[in-house]
Amino acid sequence: MTRRAVSIRDGVEAGAAWLLAAIWLLPLLYAFWSAFHPSEYAVRFELLAPLTLDNFREAWSQAPFARYYLNTFLLVTSILAAQFVLCTLAAYAFARFEFRGQNIAFALVLVQLMIMPEVLIVENYRTMSQLDLVDTITGIGLPYMASAFGIFLLRQTFKTVPKELEEAARVEGCNALQILWKVYVPLARPTYIAYGLVSVSYHWNNFLWPLVITNSVTTRPLTVGLAIFGAPESGVEWPIITAGTLLAVAPLLIAFLLFQRQFVQSFMHAGIK
Amino acid sequence: MLLTPAAILLIAFTYYPAVATLGQSFFSAGTALKPSVFVGVENYSFMLDDEVFWQVLKNNLWYAVGTIPASIAIALLMAVWVNGKLPLRGFIRMSYFTPTVLPMIAVANIWLFFYTPQIGLIDQVAGVLGLTTYNWLGDPDTVLTCIIVMTIWKEAGFFMIFYLAALQSLPPELEEAAKLEGAGRWYYFRRVVFPLLMPTTLFVLINAIINSFKLVDQLFILTKGGPDNASSLLLYYIYEVAFSFFDQAYASTLTVVLLVSLAVIAIGQFVFLDKRIHYR
Amino acid sequence: MFRKLKTLIGGAALALGLSMNAPGAGAVELTMYYPVAVGGPLTKIVDGLVADFMKANPGIKVNAIYAGNYNDARIKALAALKSGKPAQLSVMFSIDIYELIEQGAIVAFDDIVETPEEKAWLKKFYPSLMENGMTQGKVWGIPFQRSTIVMYYNKDAFRDAGLDPAKAPATWDELVSMGKKLVKKSGGQTVRWGAMIPSTGYPYWMFGALTKQNGQVLMNADGNKTFFDAPATVEALQFWRDLGNKHGVMPSGTIEWGTLRKNFLEGKTAIMWHSTGNLTVVKNKAKFDFGVAMLPAKKSRGTPTGGGNFYIFKKSSPAERKAAMKLIRFLTEPGRTAEWSMKTGYIGTRPDAYQTEALKKYVAGFPPAAVARDQLKFATAELSTYQTGRVRKLLDDAIQAALVGKKSPQDALGSAQKQADRLLKRYR
Repeated sequence: MTRRAVSIRDGVEAGAAWLLAAIWLLPLLYAFWSAFHPSEYAVRFELLAPLTLDNFREAWSQAPFARYYLNTFLLVTSILAAQFVLCTLAAYAFARFEFRGQNIAFALVLVQLMIMPEVLIVENYRTMSQLDLVDTITGIGLPYMASAFGIFLLRQTFKTVPKELEEAARVEGCNALQILWKVYVPLARPTYIAYGLVSVSYHWNNFLWPLVITNSVTTRPLTVGLAIFGAPESGVEWPIITAGTLLAVAPLLIAFLLFQRQFVQSFMHAGIK
Repeated sequence: MLLTPAAILLIAFTYYPAVATLGQSFFSAGTALKPSVFVGVENYSFMLDDEVFWQVLKNNLWYAVGTIPASIAIALLMAVWVNGKLPLRGFIRMSYFTPTVLPMIAVANIWLFFYTPQIGLIDQVAGVLGLTTYNWLGDPDTVLTCIIVMTIWKEAGFFMIFYLAALQSLPPELEEAAKLEGAGRWYYFRRVVFPLLMPTTLFVLINAIINSFKLVDQLFILTKGGPDNASSLLLYYIYEVAFSFFDQAYASTLTVVLLVSLAVIAIGQFVFLDKRIHYR
Repeated sequence: MFRKLKTLIGGAALALGLSMNAPGAGAVELTMYYPVAVGGPLTKIVDGLVADFMKANPGIKVNAIYAGNYNDARIKALAALKSGKPAQLSVMFSIDIYELIEQGAIVAFDDIVETPEEKAWLKKFYPSLMENGMTQGKVWGIPFQRSTIVMYYNKDAFRDAGLDPAKAPATWDELVSMGKKLVKKSGGQTVRWGAMIPSTGYPYWMFGALTKQNGQVLMNADGNKTFFDAPATVEALQFWRDLGNKHGVMPSGTIEWGTLRKNFLEGKTAIMWHSTGNLTVVKNKAKFDFGVAMLPAKKSRGTPTGGGNFYIFKKSSPAERKAAMKLIRFLTEPGRTAEWSMKTGYIGTRPDAYQTEALKKYVAGFPPAAVARDQLKFATAELSTYQTGRVRKLLDDAIQAALVGKKSPQDALGSAQKQADRLLKRYR
């Protein structure tokens, strides 16, 4: 192939990649357009349309977003904390101890990768109402706290830790939990970060189960709040809905834009296994 | 001992409910006046007669067929591009990945606006081009496609990441060697890269299949399963039966179908992956 | 084990609560859930009304809890009944009545009222608003936040089409003939439609209007029989479909409930049918001259009612029921009903509310506010049966199947009726 043909081909490819990127960003760009302009420009695209923050003010006053933020924040952090503890312990057991039925137990754990809590909303709702946990943040988080994905990921990481390090610690008189805390956890830091980011973005965005299990403002996370806020019967204006949408995604989106490399690498790290 | 806390939660929220679902599916829905009784396979025979169930199952199949290959192909293309030497690569990668971090429910609000007849973006563009406007979500022939397109948009960037990771782990000498041999780019990709990506493709494929059962959030905003169930999916139907018809028994029966489908896929994966394991 | 623990804790809390409540013997505490379907300041209005009530009745404490939309309120109230902290009364969707009866959750007002004066009070409301609250010969729900469907029309578009802006279509034929004139095309494209009737979200509700106009109701008063395949019902659906397919007045396919108002405000349709609940928004946002009219007639005018009723729960002591009655009567007094109507846009639920000075003056200043009330004499109950969620969905699906041309109205409604029969058989 001639050099010229190659450069044309590269140009075309770059163009196509760019076009796809533009298409992929379009919905978000539109949301910004609509949210920052008065409602009469929501469907009219004029370059010089006046900018406004009114839509955000309206959205903020029409729905208790502050409370929703708090709920989502509590939800994500409590899930993450519990996942770290539970998955670390379980992964450690699978990685460094031998016990009868280990393989079967591990296979059973992996079942949850397939049968995720979303699938079992009906039964889990019954369980939650028996435990009196309907409409509580604990109720939203509980089914996700023992995460097969987390156990799997940490187990793989723990397995790569050299045995000598563990033995050295044991010689110094550490017990199993101390070894875990002093040797394994620090070495698995990248995995924790990766898993943490995946978990946070998953639960920040999760909708179906929280919708089922929550009934009131005091427990609803942002996604459910947004769905109710933007529900057709609520009679809310378009630009206000998009403003609310941006409010709901803002923290995660900003974090993503700032730590883009970290995000992408974390997801990659979590996915390689 | 270390396993206990995780085991309790897994039992309580995965194994027990999976088994209990099966049990529930043999009982009738209870109310205060009519307590739940054992009805055998009545729920199942009701299901076989239920037109909506078959429709939903068919939709789910099309949804899977529509989203899985397309999103995997696009993801692979994206990964190859982003892994190459394009100008502003970082920005492009960000654009592709952004939908992944946004909540489905939020972006559905935006997409609803794209699809809205007359005032929506698609129809406005069509208007400029002199095409007639179209009721995208109001027509059973197009509504599922609309849902599929949006889902591909949401998923592709996520899958891209896995391919990107795999591509970056390929030794660079491989491409050098291929070049020395005079292999074309397409040939190199088809005969060298793609087979090496097989484990990733399988992994992504499994994820995509699970998602095709699990991703129903957008329906709550876009269509509520309509018109006339043309865009309803199995999990959405289960939600509807359980929480707006209050028929937990029938919802359990439908859940059993979902569980069985997932189990079949799991077994398939097991058998299939076993054969391919030498790639690792 | 959890259960035992729960009972233990519950028992302890109860004991504690009893001992703490002891000094204020005779005081009654009520919990009431209520939904808001139109968001915002409504919660403050309810809080204000409840505060007034507590001032007037020092012996009664009321916790009014906002529970989200109608669906949330029902689920929340039913969940509370099963748990240890039930509500004694709630505002819930008027069409939840059969579900609530079947769950054994509510008592009939006839079984609570004692004095002749209280019995007379039950008759003070608009009869059409009572329809959704009555079955088995008893009153189970007292109307509170209620609405109907009205026709919004763009007067500027009427002028543009050479029509009299003071005269909205009053019959189906006029809707077609005027609708055709209102359709505006530009280069093969329709830039303005004549009319739009939403067919997602609540198709059965809109359809209830069309059938009533054609002299047919959708179900019997016992909630165990539907009339989906009656000839007049089929005819109504045929008309709805023809508006799009035959007359070209409306786009064909389904029309989105949620975005319809935007279409109207953007001038993309000259007429829309929608809930009275949109009145305030349309009033604030319309950049053109608009009017509100009653829905047109075939045999007569007609609309279903909609909205929420008061219910009293079975799990309540006689003293609590008495207090609940007091609260409901307080909130539905003519003066307060009038105030509620003006602040929210809901209908005043009883004729004497419209005799109050305040409401008289308000209606005189803003005539559209009276349209919904005037239409009440043509109103009927909203579709409500046993298994109401399912039956409603059957009808919704049938309507949409016909509108998108997948089935003929006859077939669609016939099969919906057959399935509804199967569901309702055991309640007859």
